[in-house]
This record gives sequence, structure tokens and C-alpha cells, in this order.
Amino acid sequence: MAVKQEIKYLTAVKTEKRQKKYCRFKKMGIKYVDYKDAEFLKKFLNDQGKMLPRRITGNSLKFQRKVAQAIKKARQMALLPYVTDLLK
Amino acid sequence: MNNYELMVIFTPVLSEEDYKVAQKKFADLIKETGGTVTHENPWGLRSLAYPIQKKTTGMYLVLEYSAPSDLNEKLKIQLNRDENVLRHMITALDKYAVEYNGRKRHGVSADSKTVEA
Repeated sequence: MAVKQEIKYLTAVKTEKRQKKYCRFKKMGIKYVDYKDAEFLKKFLNDQGKMLPRRITGNSLKFQRKVAQAIKKARQMALLPYVTDLLK
Repeated sequence: MNNYELMVIFTPVLSEEDYKVAQKKFADLIKETGGTVTHENPWGLRSLAYPIQKKTTGMYLVLEYSAPSDLNEKLKIQLNRDENVLRHMITALDKYAVEYNGRKRHGVSADSKTVEA
């Protein structure tokens, strides 16, 4: 039974370097998330219209909260649906 | 005098000039009670993301104004009384928001990012 570390692979096991996530608001210098801009807010929703978590959007905490507030306002004013399918 | 932004959805059955009359009514109300309207932006007829009061479209109006802090109460009374207003929302604008709106009006839209995350 070959011992674990003796197993040699033909090609080296490629561990691709995960691209470092960054907060797009800090990078672009955006200071205000506009609730009227539904197209921009759709980037932070999945196709059911639910908000994406921070670990996926990569936002910093401060701007994730601003985006969340803006999305809730847009939903209140019927710019974004509360729940839908195939939003995109 | 802090800055506010009022967004109102009117019933779609409103004709064009009623829409203008309603628009003017709120703008004048703000002016009389000591506020100043910095920008009036009627979006017109737009489809709603979900039906409100069994209607699927609505006439949108966005009013940006600066006013003393007690004006909003009077505004709300008028908005609630008016029956062709489906829904309204008053948001306070901080300095970044005011600067953003100003920039947006002059064509430079800060938020349209071409480069994707």
C-alpha cells in the first residue's frame, strides 16, 4: 500500500491563487450608494432578488450596510422586487 | 436647513396635466413653508417591480429640496391625504448624497462603473 506522501502525481497539483477580493466602493472612491440606481444595485442581488452576503460581494462592512439600506429603500419604492425569479 | 429627497409614486391613471398639477402642488408646498426646491425630476410612467394597490405601473416623481426640519411633518400630512399618491418616501441626504446628486445632474455619473469587480 503506497504510503500517502510517496504518491507522486504526473503533473504538479495546481493550486490557483484565489484573486484577492476588494471593496469596490473604497477602490473607486464612491461615497454614496444611490437607492434610485436599480441597475447598479442589481449587482448585489442574486437572481431571486435576495441580497448577496459580504463574502461574495467582497464589500467592506460599512459599504455593505449602505448597499443593504439602499436596496431596502429601492424595494420599498418598487424599484426592486422583494422576491422574484430570473431577476437578471 | 438640511437636505431631503422626496420620491412619490402617483397612480398611473393620472393624466399628463394632473401629473404636472400634483408636481407643482408639492413643490409650492415646500416653497411656502420655508423650504427651497433644488431639483425637480419627474420620471413619468414606469412599471413597478410588484403591484401596489392592484396597479402595475406608476408615475414617479423625485424632488430634491432643502428645508427646516419641521417641514416634513406638514408634507407627510398632505401626502397621506392625497388619494392619487400610491406611496411616498422622504430620505435625508448627507453631504456625499448631495454632492452625488449634483454630479449626476451635470452628466458625470459617479456610480456607473465600467470595470467589473
